Amino acid sequence: MAAKEGRFWGWAFASVIFRLILIYFPNNLNLSSRPEVSTPLTSLRRLAEGYWLKQSSLSPYAGSMYHGSPLLLYVLGPLTAKSLVFVIADVVNALLIRVIGQNLQISYNQRLKALSLDAIPKEKAILPSRDIAALVYLWNPFTIVSCVGLSTSPIENMAVILSLYGACTRYGPETPPRKLFDGKVEDSASSNHSHRAMKQQGAATIFSWKPVLKFLMWSVVWSIYVLVLCGLCVRHYGGLHEMFKRTYGFILTVPDLSPNIGVLWYFFAEVFEFFRNFFLIVFHMNILFMVLPLAIRLNHRPCFLAFVYIAISSMLKSYPSVGDAALYLGLLGLFVNELAGKFIDMQFSFFLFCVYVGVSLLSPVMHNLWIWRGTGNANFYFATAMAYACFQIVLVVESVSAMLSHDRKLKKLSIAKHQESKSQQHSTNDLSDSRTRTTVKSAVASWIEDLCILRNNAFLLSI
Amino acid sequence: MELSFTQGRWNYERWGGFDPVPSNNAKPPGVELWAVFDVPHYQVDASWKNLTHALSGLFCASINFLESSTSYSAPQWGFHSASGNLRYGTLPREAVCTENLTPWLKLLPCRDKAGISALMDRPSIYKGFYHSQRLHLTGKGFDSDGVDSGIVLQQTLTVVLQPNEKRTPVTSLETKFQPSWSLTSIFGRKVSGSCVLAKSSTVYLQLDRDLVAELKNLQKHNEIAVAENVNYEGLRSGYGFQLSVEPDKVLEEVNGSHGTSPSLLYVFSVEKHSESEPFDLGLTWKIPVAWSCQQAPLHASRFLMGSGNERGAIAISFESTRLSEWLLHSDAIDSCELPVKIFQVVPWYIKVYYHTLQVYVDEQQQAISDVVDKIHVSPSEDKVSPGMMEMILKFPCRMKSAVATLEFDKGFLHIDEYPPDANQGFDIPSAVISYPDFYSSTQFGDDKSLEALPILAKFQENNSVVSYTEVLLVPLTTPDFSMPYNVITITCTIFALYFGSLLNVLRRRVGEEERFLKSKDAKKGGPISQFLSKLSAKLTGRPLETPQSPTSTSSSFISSKLILKVVLVAGIAIVWHFYLE
Repeated sequence: MAAKEGRFWGWAFASVIFRLILIYFPNNLNLSSRPEVSTPLTSLRRLAEGYWLKQSSLSPYAGSMYHGSPLLLYVLGPLTAKSLVFVIADVVNALLIRVIGQNLQISYNQRLKALSLDAIPKEKAILPSRDIAALVYLWNPFTIVSCVGLSTSPIENMAVILSLYGACTRYGPETPPRKLFDGKVEDSASSNHSHRAMKQQGAATIFSWKPVLKFLMWSVVWSIYVLVLCGLCVRHYGGLHEMFKRTYGFILTVPDLSPNIGVLWYFFAEVFEFFRNFFLIVFHMNILFMVLPLAIRLNHRPCFLAFVYIAISSMLKSYPSVGDAALYLGLLGLFVNELAGKFIDMQFSFFLFCVYVGVSLLSPVMHNLWIWRGTGNANFYFATAMAYACFQIVLVVESVSAMLSHDRKLKKLSIAKHQESKSQQHSTNDLSDSRTRTTVKSAVASWIEDLCILRNNAFLLSI
Repeated sequence: MELSFTQGRWNYERWGGFDPVPSNNAKPPGVELWAVFDVPHYQVDASWKNLTHALSGLFCASINFLESSTSYSAPQWGFHSASGNLRYGTLPREAVCTENLTPWLKLLPCRDKAGISALMDRPSIYKGFYHSQRLHLTGKGFDSDGVDSGIVLQQTLTVVLQPNEKRTPVTSLETKFQPSWSLTSIFGRKVSGSCVLAKSSTVYLQLDRDLVAELKNLQKHNEIAVAENVNYEGLRSGYGFQLSVEPDKVLEEVNGSHGTSPSLLYVFSVEKHSESEPFDLGLTWKIPVAWSCQQAPLHASRFLMGSGNERGAIAISFESTRLSEWLLHSDAIDSCELPVKIFQVVPWYIKVYYHTLQVYVDEQQQAISDVVDKIHVSPSEDKVSPGMMEMILKFPCRMKSAVATLEFDKGFLHIDEYPPDANQGFDIPSAVISYPDFYSSTQFGDDKSLEALPILAKFQENNSVVSYTEVLLVPLTTPDFSMPYNVITITCTIFALYFGSLLNVLRRRVGEEERFLKSKDAKKGGPISQFLSKLSAKLTGRPLETPQSPTSTSSSFISSKLILKVVLVAGIAIVWHFYLE
């Protein structure tokens, strides 16, 4: 175990060294102006422009250059030259992912023990999944590029991971918050299985509102606090209304059509003007459409649900960058045991890896051909963006289906075990619980998870 | 208000940049329009729109494109020191032709039928290097009793023409003769008398300061070399050249404080001439002479840096001319400073990063706070307003050259926003460079009566020296204009793929499918259906599962339901229709 630990720290340290070498490389790699790295939202150059405008007592949002939060301007503005901040942010991200993975592992093992299915995942793994996730995050070329290329996405990723970490440590992941169901635990311990199923129906009614209200209250307090701070920052430049128009309005209406790795820029550059609003609504609704079905189906796995949400939003957002992809690819590493474990193997994983490599190699080439050499065409670059979108879609869909079938397999195994030893009293089974739970309850649980995601956004806004 | 149509670019090196003529009349290529409005602040933009439309109709030009807010700006102090009611717009790509000149001539009392304007022979005018027609309207304001005292209209036509002889570059050797010219040889027409309606009709011929000095030098030289047989004619009649018409008056510049010889102005009145005795001014050089016009303190030029269609930089370079050297000698102070005012408008699709402003003096980078005296930036808003920069730089007098650079990103437009010739590129209008410490006034004679002559009054105005830089052509990346349908369909397919496959994964219930399969197996359908199910199972590679086909059973029931639904929808539609009416 200690050797594994040492190996992890060695690799993590090596990644930091690698970043430092790249940053202080004598020749500038010009990564900061790559369209993959710096979208209008994450470009550090635009942030510097906003900071300059603010310093010269103009509105930082004047000139359609800067579209981030005014607080981020205060934090990052003076630091624009120092890229060490981003290396630190990356390391912190990796460590947080590792801690999340540790929590996840503990609860997963507990659950397997509860199902009396233990002794499965331990032996053959090279590294525990938490270390794999952290190393995938640290060594992912996307992460390295967005860190060395000086975009703000490491900082934004840090906000997301921090809130995810906070959500995991309070109640423990992979089960719906236990505190919500106060009466349940002692019930299930004392009563036998058939009786407990009856009790479960009752447990739904003694659902306690206190933590939900607490959470709501804190999130409201936090967002008001953040809004007041923002309002103070921009009070001379048109107030909060201007800020919302320049940040969220900019994200929602997609006015900047410069190329990025998403598909929306070319779509809105080509689409007819009178259909523009319709398609804007459709594309943004696409993100929201999936929130409820996913929450209903994956309510027993909040962490995985968070991963799917992050992946979907970074896939369909208006200005995606590779920093977003780095975040969810790192989180994907957390579920390596489930997705590629004994029970089920994720489909197309080799194909996905090939597409990932191919797109990340071809996309800069096509961009170069189109923009710099003038020999290519916008369609070539758009084709790689298409392939990238397909890659993400297949990844999300396959990981969801693999996770679902993994849980199905677990359930089958536990049912088989249960039928073998029917007389055993303490077969508490969270998984079968989740099947019997009423839809009201699961909807509420998923709703809580949505609120966690909302809190992410609030935190993002704050920074 | 001032409107100018220009074709060609004023060559500041050859045609001078310090005199009243280039400072006032040299204009950027295309159309330039500025106007100061005497209306309340909120009505300025509306008045500007009306003005552009009116002028566009009057002059048969696309001035109405200046109506949209992306094409005009409101300079604070960089262009003219007017209050916030000034609007400034340019159309660098406007092609100027006779259709613009004719309405301009119509404003003259005699059109081009009589007087000097009879010289306006279209082919010879448009054959020249440079041609700029200018219309200047000044409201005299209101009298104390509220009576409008009228509007002064000034029309100026500035033409740089090439004499018909073989072209001899000015910078060439002195042994070559300057081409001699006459009005007939240049314009191909003669002036036969003045316009009847005109109060005065006068032709002026100005000899540059440097030319006069050069002639004097030559004269002295000749006097020393060939002391005898000098037919001293004096400067008044001209030394090295012969005028075909005797001037009515010769005026000499009075403020010779510049240390050079004063320039000369020959005045010819056209009124004396008539049909029988047409006015045909000609000038014949008798000796070879070479001179250069007086330059602006700095020679400004602007160019683009960088390659590719993603980003670039605008650079404005200044090169010291003779004048600033001379200025240095006269002042002989090291700390003397040369203020330069820059006014630059950049369209919104050139996204300028103003924080990247860098100034190099003699190839040494300078701190911005040392060089920039005053700066006002109004950044561009996407699709709303152009970016505008007004800046006063202070250069040391000794400097040889200076460069100011600004980086920018090139924007990407919607396909409808590209002009038909999108691959030609987009124009950045000229920057206006002015030198607030230098005035281009020329005073001729102390006589008060001379000031009544409008052109002399114009010469005496204390305007600072202004020059315009080149128009820049920026190529922008173009999307594929032929592909909107393909892009829409392919992108929508991607989104449908995402939505459909994810929903499919989520709603699949393996338990029910197995149960359904078992019941199917128990039923044991016909051999064909069994074969089909096996085939499909093989094709999809899934464990045996059969597609649900509930439509085959109880078709009559479904059809009745369908009819019910159709009737319901129709009923709702009818009710809705009547409700709306």
